[in-house]
Amino acid sequence: MTRSDVFRGVQDIYDEDNLDIRDSNNSDVIEDWDSLDRINLVSAVEREFQIKFALDELATFQNYGSLIDLIIEKLK
Amino acid sequence: MSKKERKIEYQIDSDFILRKKKSIKKELLKKDNLIEKNVAILGGSTTSEIKNILEIFLLDNGINPNFYESQYNKYYEDALFGNEELDKFNPDIVYIHTSNKNIVAFPELGSSEEEITTLLKNEVKRYKSIWSSLSRFNCAIIQNNFEYTVDRSLGNLDCYDIHGKTHFINQLNNEFSKGAREIKSLYINDINYLSSYIGLKNWFDRSLWYQAKYALSMGSIPELAFNISKIIGAIFGRTKKCLVLDLDNTCWGGVIGDDGLDGIYIGIETAIAESFTSFQKYAKELKQRGITLAVCSKNDFKNAREGFEHPDSVLKFDDFTSFKANWDPKYENIVDIAKEINIGTDALVFIDDNPAERDIVSSQVPSVVVPNVGNDVIHFIDHIDRNGYFEPTSLLADDINRNEYYEGNKKRSEDESTFKSYDEFLVSLSMIAEIKSFSSMYLDRITQLINKTNQFNLTTKRYTAGEIERMSSSNEYIKIYGKLTDKYGDNGLIAATIGRIEDNQCHIDLWLMSCRVLKRDMEFAMLDELVRQCKEKDISEIVGYFYKTAKNNIVSDLYDKFGFRLRSKDNEDTIWNLNISHYTNENKFIRVQSD
Repeated sequence: MTRSDVFRGVQDIYDEDNLDIRDSNNSDVIEDWDSLDRINLVSAVEREFQIKFALDELATFQNYGSLIDLIIEKLK
Repeated sequence: MSKKERKIEYQIDSDFILRKKKSIKKELLKKDNLIEKNVAILGGSTTSEIKNILEIFLLDNGINPNFYESQYNKYYEDALFGNEELDKFNPDIVYIHTSNKNIVAFPELGSSEEEITTLLKNEVKRYKSIWSSLSRFNCAIIQNNFEYTVDRSLGNLDCYDIHGKTHFINQLNNEFSKGAREIKSLYINDINYLSSYIGLKNWFDRSLWYQAKYALSMGSIPELAFNISKIIGAIFGRTKKCLVLDLDNTCWGGVIGDDGLDGIYIGIETAIAESFTSFQKYAKELKQRGITLAVCSKNDFKNAREGFEHPDSVLKFDDFTSFKANWDPKYENIVDIAKEINIGTDALVFIDDNPAERDIVSSQVPSVVVPNVGNDVIHFIDHIDRNGYFEPTSLLADDINRNEYYEGNKKRSEDESTFKSYDEFLVSLSMIAEIKSFSSMYLDRITQLINKTNQFNLTTKRYTAGEIERMSSSNEYIKIYGKLTDKYGDNGLIAATIGRIEDNQCHIDLWLMSCRVLKRDMEFAMLDELVRQCKEKDISEIVGYFYKTAKNNIVSDLYDKFGFRLRSKDNEDTIWNLNISHYTNENKFIRVQSD
């Protein structure tokens, strides 16, 4: 799966209302992203890609870019 | 959302619901006739997503919820001490989302039997104090019981040694069940069953617990919400009343018209026959607890009827209150069935193995529930059972006997034709009514009647069991019920009227009657008793209200018939009054026993 496939997969998880995500690798923490939004995204990603993150992996990602890195790593 | 695309009923598509919750909600908000209810969620763990998904299932059930959500793990504090926001919210439903994570202390290996009994008592006491504190809201309380813990360090011994967690949870759940049998307004959300059904290993997600303090996995939240919505639906009278069955390849295997009585599959001789027998047994169980059965089949009547004479058939011809076997379109027969039984088409669930027939019925009569059961009888029970169409809130003797009343009704309509006048027929029924003030023995049935009667209902006002209980002991209300017996049998408790007393007027907040006693003059007998009680209290005037709904047209002119004078009119809603100083009794046919 290519990086853009994964990105599209993540995009697809979102309902049309909030499509504003970018595949950025910068280290800015995504704003107004509360812990429950984050957990919803993570668990949707896990179900979509049939993967399971370890707790320490989850502690590392701060933005969509790093999440996508993590997914690609997991899918290898 | 078309029926085919439906993913929010069995088998629910959790991923789809979690992902598309916003668009699903938007779509469901377009529905007509949504009723608003206040639902307070008091959580012992994170509830955010539970609230979002519960909203979807309630909307699908015709209920538009406002939510109050307690702060994280503040269920106990909120329940006992309240807070301004919760008190102002005034919930119709309080849902207490607790789990085994909220158990304060499990037995330790060194604990004595006495110590463990004390632990159990203390745990139960906490919940009992929650339930009794919440009674201040006069609302329904939905309480999770406990799921098993995934790990059990005692292995299989865990379920029978008194130190085991599994053993402790079983005892707690027993105590909860006892509590719910004692407290009318308490309903158990059986997550012990639900987690078993889904599988405990799918139910609980350790990672999600550590990260976000959800006591169940994301994928299980839709199942949980679905289950809660079934209870709430039942509390507000959304339960279906009649199961309508096709015959060939639904009630038995094969085609009776072609294969003959000897050729159909029913019994336990073959696997196929046994699968149909199981389905018939399930339908029979529903019938025994008060769900009406009907047949809607394209068949010659004679052949169809013969099928139930098969010695192995669990269902017999007499089990069906309405039996339509002919060559007319099924949607016409379905409408007739509803008329015959005197219920709305939205109280029907139709099971047919033929997808074309299902489509026609659901497109022509959209209010009928037509689950997409496929064509294999093996799955039929799941579609009925898992969707909770017939979810009861309690088992009442009246429910169990209801089918007899309907069957009695059939006899009554046969009799009618042989009398010279309708009055003569009424006299022949030798009707005896008991019309008295609410008493605790009947509060369950009264609450149930109030929350599910749609047609003969002037105000369609719904009350919780708590509210009824409070009014029944208050002097500010005249509250009477009616039971009716005739020569064919006991119709049970079928009417209720609540009058609110203000100054020297009596305002009729509620006037309703079950349609099974239509045209029996029971309403006049009720009015007589209401007037009698008003006079006792020196009340000179009765004020009646009619609030129009999609279903209560049948009573739009009731107050006119009663001789009330129209006082005002707002669109189709009307207000009436009656001066009772010269009132004379209207009922001529029913012998009445009153207080």
